[in-house]
Amino acid sequence: MKGSQVTVKGVEKYFGGFHALKNVSLGINKGEFYSLLGPSGCGKTTLLRIIAGFEDPSAGAVFLDDRDVIPIAANKRPVNTVFQTYALFPHLSVFENVAFPLRLKKLPNAAVKEKVGEFLELVKLPKEGGKLPSQLSGGQKQRVAIARALINEPSVLLLDEPLSALDAKLRQHMLIELDAIHDKIGITFIYVTHDQQEALSVSDRVAVMNEGEVVQVGTPSEIYESPSCPFVAHFIGETNYLGGEVAEVLDGKHARVDFPGIGALYVYQDKPLSVGDGVKVTVRPEKIRISSDKPEGQAGRMNVLEGTVDELIYSGFQSKFFVRVSASATFRIFRQHVKYFMDEKAINWKDKVYIWWNDNDGYVVEAEKNP
Amino acid sequence: MKKNLGPAYVAPITVWLCVFFVIPISIIVYYSFLTKGFNGGVVHKFSLDAFRALYNPTIFKITFNTFWVACVSTAVMVALAVPAAYYMARSRHKNFFMLLVIIPFWTNFLIRIYAWMAVLGNNGVVNHALLSMGLIDRHIQFLYNTNAVILVAVYTYLPFAILPLYSTIEKFDFSLVEAARDLGATKLAATLRVLVPNIRGGITTAVLFTFIPAFGNYAIPQIIGGSSSYMLGNVIARELTVTRNWPLASSISLVITALTTLGVLIFMRFNRSASEEARERAQDNAPMSAMPQVSAQSTGTGASE
Ligand SMILES: Nc1ncnc2c1ncn2[C@@H]1O[C@H](COP(=O)(O)OP(=O)(O)OP(=O)(O)O)[C@@H](O)[C@H]1O
Ligand SMILES: [Mg+2]
Repeated sequence: MKGSQVTVKGVEKYFGGFHALKNVSLGINKGEFYSLLGPSGCGKTTLLRIIAGFEDPSAGAVFLDDRDVIPIAANKRPVNTVFQTYALFPHLSVFENVAFPLRLKKLPNAAVKEKVGEFLELVKLPKEGGKLPSQLSGGQKQRVAIARALINEPSVLLLDEPLSALDAKLRQHMLIELDAIHDKIGITFIYVTHDQQEALSVSDRVAVMNEGEVVQVGTPSEIYESPSCPFVAHFIGETNYLGGEVAEVLDGKHARVDFPGIGALYVYQDKPLSVGDGVKVTVRPEKIRISSDKPEGQAGRMNVLEGTVDELIYSGFQSKFFVRVSASATFRIFRQHVKYFMDEKAINWKDKVYIWWNDNDGYVVEAEKNP
Repeated sequence: MKKNLGPAYVAPITVWLCVFFVIPISIIVYYSFLTKGFNGGVVHKFSLDAFRALYNPTIFKITFNTFWVACVSTAVMVALAVPAAYYMARSRHKNFFMLLVIIPFWTNFLIRIYAWMAVLGNNGVVNHALLSMGLIDRHIQFLYNTNAVILVAVYTYLPFAILPLYSTIEKFDFSLVEAARDLGATKLAATLRVLVPNIRGGITTAVLFTFIPAFGNYAIPQIIGGSSSYMLGNVIARELTVTRNWPLASSISLVITALTTLGVLIFMRFNRSASEEARERAQDNAPMSAMPQVSAQSTGTGASE
């Protein structure tokens, strides 16, 4: 992991007998927007606190710009944190909160004023300097926390679920703004979240964690399209998850797999497979097309199934269909309402439908060698 | 029809304060302007003798000593109570420590003072131990001086400092200290700039709860202190019972009341935290909806002063 700005090497953390982090290794590049994504309790905060210096790892090392920072106290690390609960100082005004690190450095008043003004401008709060934190809205508090964490010009900014206390609309908005700040400042962001939408939408790369382990690192689309394990496939977005047996290995990138209760389907695969292997396949619901008429004239290896609509959930911009293709198999399908009133025929509950998708859209997540 | 029952609710406390606070204070004020009776008591004739008698080097010295003892013991108590309360608040055995703090109250205050005599007296446990270990040849005089008074005062009133501090520190959000550390503060800077301002209310209460009883201290210097560590409380008792100069006892009582009140007011003035000021400043610019709250608050302060 040479060349990384933040290198986490074989970090272990025990709380008493509880194994909170298991051999975590990461390399985070300079300027990256890097997310740690995982369900509640998987150890994201613990890892962040180890990088920040609030917690010592039980084993392993953390390097910042190739310097081992474990022996360095939290206040000496070139890292600043935006806390989940903001942690603004209630006895200080917004201005003094942001000025706090500068006051510690005993900067002259004029310089403090100028710099704090600049950073309050950056987070779009130029007029709120005189208020107390208790007089701010949640979103404003968040901005103050961001300004305060950035004013020291850290080389890495750690953000622990910074938006989780905000409502959905504001969260979306702040996320975009955070991304804009990241682009402007250009420093490394390590962003902790349990919200996969958040992680996918702004990150350059995402590390997915589960039960103290990093299970996959990749770009948002790699994580979404090629999950490395069933956990990732299920945790990121919704999916159809099928178990079957390889019937035929095709050109090295594709295979024909027999699924009990469904039949043979063509899938994409990037693992060495042989006939008879057990495989788990994921097909994303938005990749599946649905129509009342049998699709015609489709080229290539298309998977076409016939079924009935079991359940239909309308949600404005899209509909979710649950289509039963056999007694044991139901597919979920998302259809965007792009041309709802034009050439798409409305599909209703209990309708007979055809569903189909491309061979490239089924992905083999896991394979088990046939003994 | 809805009646305003406010006066009815405050009637008991009003009666209580009148009977046990206003009336006695009035009597003291009244007596201090009377002439001393020949065999004690008072003659109902106006006189300023009791106040003239205050202008006296001995009284000055004792007043100063009282002030000194009260200040030093308050400072020591707060200095001990902050870390103790901090530790208690962060401990997993909060209730156990709370119990330890409260246990001394189960024993009578005087008995606990006498217990100190058993510990520190010339034939006490400590001297005995030191003698028998051969560390000293003859007993050390621990008692009957100002330091002994301070020691026992600290011991006696320490819980009054710990309890309010504990309840404030327990509510303190410790992630603020982490945030300060994260932003570059040393442990000391984080404590002084973040912890202390946020537990200011507790510190104020602790100071008041300990300074006031320490200043009016009577039993401790009476039992533990010598003549050199006389405090105003002892002078009052002497004037009341031995010398039987009741007007003088009254005027000294007024001095204590006045000095304590003055001390408290000065302390509270200095202690108006930056946040309160900022809050008031902000409320000045607040929209109309915030107004009733502001006026209610200012009446509240007015009444308590
Ligand atoms: N100081 C501690 N003592 C004991 N156990 C701890 C401590 N801190 C964290 N843990 C445990 O370690 C595990 C990981 O905690 P952590 O706070 O890192 O989770 P997280 O991924 O940040 O979760 P969330 O999304 O809920 O914030 C949890 O099971 C937690 O109970
Ligand atoms: Mg967390």
